[in-house]
Amino acid sequence: MSNVGVGYLLVLILACAAGTYLWRALGVAVAGRLDPDGEIFSWMGCVALAMIAGLVARMLVEPVGVLATTSLLERLGATACGVVVYFVFTRRNLLAGVVAGCVAIVLFQLLR
Amino acid sequence: MLHETERVIDVETTDYPSPRAALAAGARDALGAPIAVLAAGYVGYGALASGFDFPPLLIVASTLLIWALPGQLIMLEMHAVSAQLVLIVLAVSLSASRFLPMTTVLSGMMRHPRYSSWQMYAAAHVLAMTTWVAAVNRVPQLPAEQRLPYFVGFALLCWIACAVASAVGYFVADQMSELVKLGLVFMNPIYFLLILTGETKAALGRLALAAGAITGPVAYAIAPQWSLLAAGLVGGSAAYALHRWRRHRE
Repeated sequence: MSNVGVGYLLVLILACAAGTYLWRALGVAVAGRLDPDGEIFSWMGCVALAMIAGLVARMLVEPVGVLATTSLLERLGATACGVVVYFVFTRRNLLAGVVAGCVAIVLFQLLR
Repeated sequence: MLHETERVIDVETTDYPSPRAALAAGARDALGAPIAVLAAGYVGYGALASGFDFPPLLIVASTLLIWALPGQLIMLEMHAVSAQLVLIVLAVSLSASRFLPMTTVLSGMMRHPRYSSWQMYAAAHVLAMTTWVAAVNRVPQLPAEQRLPYFVGFALLCWIACAVASAVGYFVADQMSELVKLGLVFMNPIYFLLILTGETKAALGRLALAAGAITGPVAYAIAPQWSLLAAGLVGGSAAYALHRWRRHRE
C-alpha cells in the first residue's frame, strides 16, 4: 500500500466525487429537455429498471466477495424466504422481507 | 393512433398538507428498510477502509461527497494497489454512469415551477440506487410540488445516516464475523428484488425488470465492467420495443 498524505487522499476523493456527480448533473440537464410524459422518458425508465434488475440477477447468480462463499441453492432459498415473508406473511413489509432473507442465508451457513 | 402514452410507473395519489409535510413524510419513509440496507453497505465500507490508510474523517467525507458505494469501493481497492489517480477517477466515474438514466427519470418527475434548477441539481447529489427504487414508484403518486421535498426528505436522511454508518464501520471492523458480513451483504439483492417486484405495477415496468434480469448475468459474462449499463440498455430497449410492438398490433 502506498504511503501518501492526507492532501493526496482529499484530492482523490474530490476527483472521484466530481467524476460521479458529472452523471447526476447530466441526468438533470437531459431531463430538462425531455417531456416527462414522452416516449424517450418511458424508454429511459425501462433502461434504469432493467439495469437494476440485471444487477440483482447478477448478484444472485454470479456473486463476488463474501456472497460467493454460498451456493446458488442457498441464495435462491434465502430469496424465496424473503419473498414469502414479504408477499404472503406480512402484506408487503419490506423490512420484514429483507430481514427474513438475510436471517435465512446466515442460518443456511450455520446448518451446513 | 390515439394511444395514450404508456407510463412505466403506475399512478395512484396521496396528498400531504404541505411541501414541508411531504419532506417529513419522506424522511419517515426512509426509516426502515432503505436506511437499513444502505447503512449495512456503508458499515462494510468503513470496515474495509479501516484496513487502508484513510483517516476516519476522510472516510466520512468520501461518503458525503461521492455518495455512490460501488464507486467508493473501487476507489479504495484501486488506491490499495497504488493505481494512478487518473485511472482511479476514470474507473469510479465509469461505475457512476448508472446515475444518468436514474437521475433523468426522477428529476423529470420532480420538476415544478416552485423549485429552481439549482435545487434540482442539489437534489441529484443525494440520489442513490436504493432511494431511486423507493422514490420512483412513490413520487408520481404525489402532487407535483410535493415531489421534490418528499424525495429530499427521504434521500437526505439516508445520506446522513450513511455518513454515520461509515464511521461506525471504521471502528467496529475487527469485531465483525464473516456470517454478519454475509447477512449485511445479502440485504442488497433481496431489498431490490422485493421492492421492484412488489411496487412495479405497470406492464412496461415489469417487462423491463424481466428483460434486465435475463441480460444482466449475460452481459456480466461478456464484459463485467460495462455489464450494468449494457444490461440496462439492451434489456430496457428490448422491453420497450416489445411493448410498443404489442401495443401497435392491438
